[in-house]
Amino acid sequence: MSTHTPQPDLPPPITSVGVIGWLRTNLFSSWGNTVLTLAAAYVVYLTLPPLIEWALIKAHWLGDSREPCDLEKGGACWVFVSVRFNQFMYGLYPEAQYWRINLAAILLVVLMIPLFIKQFPWKLWLGFFVLFGYPVIAFYLFSGGVLGLEHVETSRWGGLTLTLVLASVGMAASFPLGILLALGRRSSMPIVKSVCVVFIEFWRGVPLITVLFMSSVMLPLFLPEGTNFDKLLRAMIGISLFQSAYMAEVVRSGLQAIPKGQYEAAQAMGLSYWQSMSLIILPQALKLVIPGIVNTFIALFKDTTLVLIIGLFDMLAMIEAALADPKWLGFSIEGLSFAAFVYWIFCFSMSRYSMALERKLHTGHKR
Amino acid sequence: MSESPTPGPVVSDELTIELRGVHKWYGQFHVLKDINLEVKKGERIVICGPSGSGKSTMIRCINRLEEHQRGQIIVDGTELTDDIKNIDQIRREVGMVFQHFNLFPHLTVQENCCLAPIWVRKMPRKEAEEAAMQYLEKVKIPEQAGKYPGQLSGGQQQRVAIARSLCMNPSIMLFDEPTSALDPEMIKEVLDTMIELAESGMTMLCVTHEMGFAKTVANRVIFMDGGEIIEQNRPDDFFDNPQSDRTKLFLSQILAH
Repeated sequence: MSTHTPQPDLPPPITSVGVIGWLRTNLFSSWGNTVLTLAAAYVVYLTLPPLIEWALIKAHWLGDSREPCDLEKGGACWVFVSVRFNQFMYGLYPEAQYWRINLAAILLVVLMIPLFIKQFPWKLWLGFFVLFGYPVIAFYLFSGGVLGLEHVETSRWGGLTLTLVLASVGMAASFPLGILLALGRRSSMPIVKSVCVVFIEFWRGVPLITVLFMSSVMLPLFLPEGTNFDKLLRAMIGISLFQSAYMAEVVRSGLQAIPKGQYEAAQAMGLSYWQSMSLIILPQALKLVIPGIVNTFIALFKDTTLVLIIGLFDMLAMIEAALADPKWLGFSIEGLSFAAFVYWIFCFSMSRYSMALERKLHTGHKR
Repeated sequence: MSESPTPGPVVSDELTIELRGVHKWYGQFHVLKDINLEVKKGERIVICGPSGSGKSTMIRCINRLEEHQRGQIIVDGTELTDDIKNIDQIRREVGMVFQHFNLFPHLTVQENCCLAPIWVRKMPRKEAEEAAMQYLEKVKIPEQAGKYPGQLSGGQQQRVAIARSLCMNPSIMLFDEPTSALDPEMIKEVLDTMIELAESGMTMLCVTHEMGFAKTVANRVIFMDGGEIIEQNRPDDFFDNPQSDRTKLFLSQILAH
């Protein structure tokens, strides 16, 4: 009988690692894939250079009139965007008061920075402040009427500012509401359960456009005469309730994915319902459904454009209005490209952030 | 001091768990039929029987993970009723170890252990952390305290689960097939921990098929089948001299090889 001698670790074959290995596995792994790779490269070659030429190289960037664009065609006329930029950002907000919006934005950024610093000790309190304290400050900054600030009616809020206000209020309200609805729908108490089911199914069953339209046109008819109920506030409530129904279903899918043993272990240790939900079940369930939550948030962000139909001027509405300006006819490609770009930046950031969050919260294999 | 029937810590005469005429149904299915059981303080009981015999259901009734529909269950002088206060009271006194460990994967080993003492017992965090380390040392894995359950082997996870239960300082421990989900080479480390626990005088009810464990530490072995307690006896009598045919059949099946 011979004794076993262990074999040394050999390096992998050169064709399976590095650039060559990557090319082989990802682009040229078979004849079919090689053909597809070449075809895709050809399509990129056909489309990308002209696009870059139009959008960047031959484009007109600065100025205050459309003349250069009309003289030298073939490139994008970003002058249209730069001339109207302030309106796209601030809507009809009085120009002299732009600093209030800027201040609110800077304040938010400054408040948020420590939340991303690992060692910062008062994260929880700061988080609470950003969620509950900051909106009050921002509201008074925007709307004024206090401390000598000029009052600006909500109907003059607009542009990207309005988009962000609607989206962040919608997210901040629909997330907790969605969690409560999801827990309610899984409750063993029949009344709680049926209220949640009816709520969710109602709001999921109607189009957002109907909700907005009803809230701005129908609702005032039912309210006693003279009651003034801000249009923006109504839109916010409409969007929040609508999205919370979607959020509830996303969260519920996460709750259902948590093994029964987790609930039982929490119960067996004597944790109360709310303790086991907030300490054990929700942290796991919400982590599981981060992709779904972000999906809903992105949808919400883009759905805010629908407030156009009730006469609120978000960024897209401002761009539409600018396109109708007789002095600047014919620049819809530029205007809409700009809108698409801005929306894409925000949505893509959310998506990247969610992926980073998923990685950060990953704690080894499940169970 | 009374004489104990088997070697090991002394069993007192004081009752800690009483089941009187307990019945339970899952829909139409009658899972527990007239269960009567008295457990004295410090007793180590092993419950065995074929799958579906109701053994897990019985011990899960003791901390109300399952609800019984008829009869009385009294734990440490408190009767289990719909009263949430009584349920919480009993759950604080009764620790449970599950087949699939059920550790909380989003918390570290130490956080798993501290959670209930902090939130249920209202223990200061520092104190709870120290206690957790003490129990992790007892189950011989203090060095894993900062890891997440997903990074541990099955045997280590189960030992953490035992430590987590002990952190609540329970007077009774329930084990629901604690070694059934483990790879063979990890069963021993968990059983060793349980034997140590038994020697410390803990009241234990274990659903298990580890007959070696039953012989070493149990004062009593209970055999269940079809939702009934068929037979209960001291381990030596139970294995050497089973009374009913069903027990004989069961023992011949599990001891065949």
